[in-house]
Parts: sequence; structure tokens; C-alpha cells
Amino acid sequence: MTHISVKVDGTTYEDDVEPRLLLIHYLRDRLGLTGTPIGCDTSNCGTCTVELDGAAVKSCSVLAVQADGSEVTTVQGLARDGEWTALQRAFHERHALQCGYCTPGMIMAARELLREHPHPTPDEVRHGLEGNLCRCTGYQNIVRAVLDVSEQEVTA
Amino acid sequence: MTETAQREVGRARPRKEDAHLITGQTNWTDNISVNGLLHLAILRSPMAHARIERVDVSAALERPGVIAAFSGRDVAEEMGSLPCAWPVAEDTVVPDHPPIAVDEVRYAGDPVAVVVARDRYTASDALEAIEVDYTPLPAVLDIEPALAEDAPPVHSDKGTNRSYNYHATSGDYEAAKAQAEVVLTRRYHQQRLIPTAMEPRAVVVTPLAASGDFTLYSSTQVPHVLRVLLAVTTGIPENKIRVVAPDVGGGFGSKLQVYGEEVITLVLAKRLGRPLKWTESRAEANVATHHGRSQVQDIEVAARRDGTLLGLKVSLLADMGAYLMLLSPGIPVLGASMYPAIYKMRAYDFSCTGVFTNRTPIDAYRGAGRPEATFAIERIMDDLAAELGMDPLELRRHNWIRHEEFPYTTIAGLTYDSGNYEAATDKAIALFDYDKLRAEQADRNHRGDTVRLGIGVSTYTEMCGLAPSRWLGEMRYAAGGWEAANIRVLPTGKVEVITGTSPHGQGHVTSWSQIAADVLGVPFEDVEVMHGDTRLATHGMDTYGSRSLVIGGVAVHEAARKVVDKARKVAAHLLEANEADLEFAEGAFSVKGSPEARKTIQEVAFETFTSHGLPDGMEPSINAEHVLDPDTFSYPHGTHLCAVEVDTETGAVHIRSYVCVDDVGKVVNPLIVEGQLHGGIAQGISQALYEEALYDEEGNLVTGTLADYMVPAAPDLPEFVTDRTETPATSNPLGVKGVGEAGTIASTPAVVNAVVDALRPLGVQDMRMPCTAERVWQALRSAKEASA
Ligand code: FES
Ligand code: FES
Repeated sequence: MTHISVKVDGTTYEDDVEPRLLLIHYLRDRLGLTGTPIGCDTSNCGTCTVELDGAAVKSCSVLAVQADGSEVTTVQGLARDGEWTALQRAFHERHALQCGYCTPGMIMAARELLREHPHPTPDEVRHGLEGNLCRCTGYQNIVRAVLDVSEQEVTA
Repeated sequence: MTETAQREVGRARPRKEDAHLITGQTNWTDNISVNGLLHLAILRSPMAHARIERVDVSAALERPGVIAAFSGRDVAEEMGSLPCAWPVAEDTVVPDHPPIAVDEVRYAGDPVAVVVARDRYTASDALEAIEVDYTPLPAVLDIEPALAEDAPPVHSDKGTNRSYNYHATSGDYEAAKAQAEVVLTRRYHQQRLIPTAMEPRAVVVTPLAASGDFTLYSSTQVPHVLRVLLAVTTGIPENKIRVVAPDVGGGFGSKLQVYGEEVITLVLAKRLGRPLKWTESRAEANVATHHGRSQVQDIEVAARRDGTLLGLKVSLLADMGAYLMLLSPGIPVLGASMYPAIYKMRAYDFSCTGVFTNRTPIDAYRGAGRPEATFAIERIMDDLAAELGMDPLELRRHNWIRHEEFPYTTIAGLTYDSGNYEAATDKAIALFDYDKLRAEQADRNHRGDTVRLGIGVSTYTEMCGLAPSRWLGEMRYAAGGWEAANIRVLPTGKVEVITGTSPHGQGHVTSWSQIAADVLGVPFEDVEVMHGDTRLATHGMDTYGSRSLVIGGVAVHEAARKVVDKARKVAAHLLEANEADLEFAEGAFSVKGSPEARKTIQEVAFETFTSHGLPDGMEPSINAEHVLDPDTFSYPHGTHLCAVEVDTETGAVHIRSYVCVDDVGKVVNPLIVEGQLHGGIAQGISQALYEEALYDEEGNLVTGTLADYMVPAAPDLPEFVTDRTETPATSNPLGVKGVGEAGTIASTPAVVNAVVDALRPLGVQDMRMPCTAERVWQALRSAKEASA
């Protein structure tokens, strides 16, 4: 067992964890933060994407012990006082989700994409989301949602 | 009509169901946790076919944290055999299908033993400690070898790998062929696909020992069907089982099953008296969740030189995999009615043989039989056009049912109520700029450009609804095709809609709210929609086969009409008027000619709540139920056009543009319809270009993870241009036709037709799916060698 201290969505947790425990299982099974789902066991699908110290990571490829001393943001930590972020709103308005299983990961990946390319082209959006699979939407509305937010930022 | 003007139906409403999904307040089955929860892990066969000589779970039991471990033999008695509900022919061979293999494993992935432990890591680690002795048996992996005289049987007690033969004819095909000037014969292959819903399956069972009740949560599309079949399979009384489908992360047919894992989890939770959870890993999902397609299609078309179709003959070999699942035999047979598609002809001959192989079982996947059928007919129409030197769209136009000819009964015996193929096609041509692309194609061919342009056409129709029940009975399908809806108007005037459909991304909550709000004249926001829980939605037939809107949505509409009718009686009493003198508009009843005498439906609801002044004999409720069994299927249609660029030096295929115009009848929510189309097109393109389940010679799935099985990501897909025409269905009061599978059905042939169209001038006549760069390159090389 290893002792860790992690700040998740604004709250600090102190826990003893097995060294092999994955961050995604720590979030889901230990903290009960089940908003981030698991879609694969090979780090290919991106559904488990969260932010670790501000960078998007696939939480199934990070050990909980690696998050010691770090700050983690999950999809559950985005809305503030019931106010959705611009990306969450855009996903809703553009119908960028159907079953919604890929959505938390998509939103977290899109946040990073927009941080790195505040004004991406449609192609850049597609490439930026390459690590996140969606089986329902065909991606087009996801791309539109991300572009919407980048444009909002231009005018804002 | 006495209803209010349509305010909601037709409106592009963002969905109500998004709020919890985009904030992570989700209720996936794997999220469910209860006190005392144990975890179940499954040991699966590493071999395609073997006799189980011995299973020893004792070492696993000794591991700390392991509560129990069982072999198939330990639990066989309690679990029964997994059901097949669609034995299409009278003599269909339906083998025994134990949820955990007892004597023999028949595909790599077949469950062999289970461990129950206090956490998921302990459970899966303990699987390593189970000892199994196998004696390998010869395996048969491919459809045609499986039918050879000396093929090793997948089920030794059956002595044959033929599950069934199905044959249907209409008109005299041989006579039609005798009159033909051109007869074209082709063999197409439907590769095996892995459905890959993003949420792997999961089951949680919570037993209540005192009452003998069980709640089973499952990532299922079919909670109602599942409950019936769990009761039948395990002997637990149906009214002691509550099935809940919480948030379900995609299904596409792969979750319409009664899976062994559901039976295992239920039976072991009962045995141990403890809540139990099983969650599939992705690697497990790839072998253990049913696969789709996998057919060899022999198709022959007889025509005149002017392009007039005379007859069609189809002969299928359909892979069932190792066992029959719920609908396995019915899927290719469902497609039988769809091969003639939108074309007129005199004769049709269809036959199908279901074949067992030592692979993961096959069942419904995204379109279930209809994409396969549409692929074959739309491919051969293109090949015929090439043979006749006609434009592929002209050939279709020459043969299709014209707008003024509806209703039209096809040679396959289906009556299409309405359609307008001309309008959709003309619109698609204009959006696509068809002539300009053809000119560019001719120019590139002329110049001998290394990058060729191909144009693919697909004018499809879909068959939505999987009903009426009578038809299903004639097809030997062991369930009805009806759907139930219940509407409760609460004392405060808010409305609850309870539907028997069980969505997993289709947006029923929003669409059903729109439908109910319109009929009742209440605000969209005042309607709540509930589903997916057998204690709440007491009966239903669930969601698959694009049935939800055309049956479930129409049932909501009809239930709402019943509410209005019941409310009218109460309103007449309150207004001291004759029912016949009441008008209902904008959610209120008023007396004709004196609009100030008025009662809103909310006021009427409150009156029935208090019921203080209702006359004797008047039921104090305006709630209503409607169970709809439609008279017929519905038939959306459309035209999909695809332009590809094929690099003849590398074989790479690039989709340059994709345009479709679909006619799904009346549209309830254009945003949702467009989204459904996008997803479907993505899948269809992916079958055409990317996906295939591949096995090694031993029968192990080599595309066992998402690292090996190609699921397209955003850069792999183009922008789709979607538009629509709207020809209302005449077979239901909403005029809706359904949309869920349209994109998948239409797009695969459009893309492959485009690839072949690009390569035809270079001597390539056909391409096997998926048209990967390597396959295209090989095809070009063989064509070159053949012409040298
Ligand atoms: S679950 Fe982490 S990438 Fe798939
Ligand atoms: S919305 Fe279902 S996987 Fe993306």
C-alpha cells in the first residue's frame, strides 16, 4: 500500500492504495466518481480521459500513485454552480452525443485541444480528437461543437 | 382533428437526456454499487474447439478474497440453455447452449468457469489459478468448409453444421431468366464485424433474500424481453425479477441479447445470496458479445438490354457462429424481403442456409439483415449498369417504383405505403453536383491520372418496425411486435409518459416528450419520460430494429389521444356541455361558439384528482394506456452518393464527398434524425473501408482489442452532407417511418460502388470489404497481371 494525496475536482483526498491501482479505478471505485467511464483495456478509446495537472490523460494508463500530489479534474468538476462550460453547452446544442458514453472523455480531450489550438480548423479538430472513439455520432456534430466554442472565443 | 396545431413535432430540440450525460451524473450499469457487492470474473476458452476433460477450481478458492468458484458442470442444472427465439424453418437445428460450457468449448471465448471475489482485481487474478484440461478437437472456422461432407461438426450431437435451409419464391425465376438478354451472377462477402458499443456490457444483480426478489441491472436494449427469458431459463418466477436498463452506452443490436453472463450473474447471486457484479473488459467484449454480418452472398440478376429487371435470385450462406443466439437464424431471413428493394421485377427466388462455425455467435447488428441485402442489390445494380453501359442512376430510375405507383406490393410481398424516390434522388444529385464529378472522372481516366475518382450510388429502402405481430408469427418469431405506452396526467397537470421502448442513445425522452406535448397541448418541459425498468414500464418490447419511433412513438401519440378523449368527458361535465360541442385546442377544451367557457387539461386532471363532483359512473382518471400493433412495416428510403479518390500507387481510398437525401417520413426532431444518420453512415463507411474481425488459423480472434480492431476515429471519416425529403407514412397517424439504421444500410454499397467505379477502367471488377489500401493495391496488381 502506498499513501497518496490527490486533489480531485477541488477536494483533497488522502488514501492508501495498491501500487498497481489505476487512476480510473481509484476515481470510480474508491472515490465513487463514476462520471468517467471505461471503454477499453488498451488505452485506445479515450472514454476515461481526465485532466492531470491541467493536461488531458487517459486515466486507464496512469496509476493512482502517479497522481500523488497532483490535481485531477474530471467531467464532474466542470460545471460550476450548475452552470455548464461552453463546451458542455455546445455539445448539447449541437447534438454531439447520443448514448453519451464517450462524452466525458470527448469533452476533456476537446478542452485540451482548444487550449493548444484556440482556433482550430475542422481538420485540426478531427486530428485533435483522434484518441477518442465514438460509435454513435459519426463525429461530425462533435467537430461542430468544438468549432462553435472556438468561434465564441473569437468574438468574446 | 381536434388537437392543437403541431408545435413540437418537427422542431430541432436539443435533448433533455443530455444534461446528466455531459455532467457525468451517469448511471451506467458498472457505476452501480451496493453494500456487500461481490465481483464475478469469467474464465474463457483459449481454444476454438475442445473437449473439457477436467476443470479444477480448488486453487482459485484458496486465494484470499475469493468467495466462490464454479465450473459449468457445477451450475448446469440451474441455468438451462440460452434461448433462440427465431428458428426460421421447422427443422432448424437448435443446439443446446449452456451459459458456461459443460463438456465442450465451441469458440475461443466460450465461458468455462467463474470466480466470485470481493473485488474485481482479486476475481480476475484468481482465474489464473483455475486448471482446465482440454483435448483439442478439430475446428471449422469458415462458412463453406463447414458445409463439406467431412467437416468436423461444431456440435457433435447434431452431426451437421447446417442449422437450417430457408427458401422462398415469388413468380417464376427460371421463366424470367429464360426471357432475359443479360444474366449477371456475382458473389459478395459480408465480413464479420464486431459491434463495439463504447460501453462494454455489465450486469449487477441484487437479491432480496427475504422475499426471493431480484433486481437485475444490465446494459441491455431489451429489459422486458430479458425478464421473460431469464424467468424461463432459470425457473425464477417472472414477477420476482425486476430488470432495469439504466443508462446504456450504445447497443447497435449487440445488447438485444439474453447473454450467458446475465443468467450466470443472476443464478450465482441467488446461490450466494449476495449482490454480484460482472463487467466486461474490452478484450472480453470482442470475443463474448455477439458479432455481426458474416455471409457469403450469391446473387443473380436477369434483365433486358434496355435495363429492365426481370428477376432476382439470391442464395446465402449465413454464418451463425458456434451457437444460435436470440435472433441469429432470423437475421439473414429478415433481409430476404429486402433484396428486391425499390425495384420492380417479375420473379424472385431466395434461399439461405444457416451454418455453424467455431467462432463467436452472430446476431443482429446495425440494420440486421437489411444492410447485407441492400449491399448485394445495390452492388449488382452497379455491376449491371456497367455491363449495359448505362449510368447507374439511370438504371435505377428505369426500374424503381414511381411516385404515383404507391402503395406498391413488391415481388417479395411487402406493401410499401408511400415513397418518392425521384424527389430524393434529384435533390441528392443537385447537392452532389453529379455531372461535374462525372466529367472530372472522365478527365482523370482520360489523362491516366494516378489518382482516380469513383462515384458510388445507393438508392436504398429500409424496413422499420419489425411488426405486425401476425407477420412475425408467420415468420416463426417467438414474440410480438407491439409496443406499449402509458400516460399519466398528475394532479398538478404535469405529465408522465411511460414507454416500453428502451433507448440507448436514440433520444426517446426528447422525441416522446415532443409527441405527447403536442397531442395534450402541454409544455414540452412539463413532460417526463420513463423507461427501461420492468417495475415501471410494465410491458414493452424494447428497442431494436428501428422500431421505437414507428411503434413506440406512435403508441405514445395514441395514448395521448386516449387521454384527451377521457378528459373530454370530464370537461363536458364541468362545462355542462355536450362532448360533441367541445373543441380541444392549445391544451384546453372550450364550448364551440363560446370560447370563454374553457377548461384546461391541467384543470381537468385536478378535477379527477379530487373527484368531488364527478357524476356516478365517470372514472376518476384521465390516465391512459395504448398498446400498438401496427398493420405493417414502414419504409424510409433515400439516395446516398459518395465520391472517392483512389491513389492507384498506394491503394489508399479517400472519401472526397458524401451526400445523402433521406426520406424518413414525418420528422419529429430534425436534430436527432440528422445525428442518427451521421452515426449510421459512419458505421457503413467503416464496414466498406476499415473493419473486419480476423481470426488466426487456430480460431483465435486476432482483432481482440481496440488496438487491433479498427474503429474509425474522427480523422478517418469525412463531413457528411445530409438533407431530406418528407413523404409521410400513410400507415400511422404520425406519418413517421423511423431512421436508426438508414445510414448504415445505405452507405456501405455507396462507398464500395465508388471504389469499384474508380477502379473499373483499370480492370478491377469487384472489391472485397473492407477496401483497405492493401486490398485495393493487390486488386490493381492482379488486374494488371491479368491484362499483361
Ligand atoms: S478506457 Fe482508457 S482509453 Fe479506453
Ligand atoms: S455518443 Fe455513444 S459512443 Fe459517443
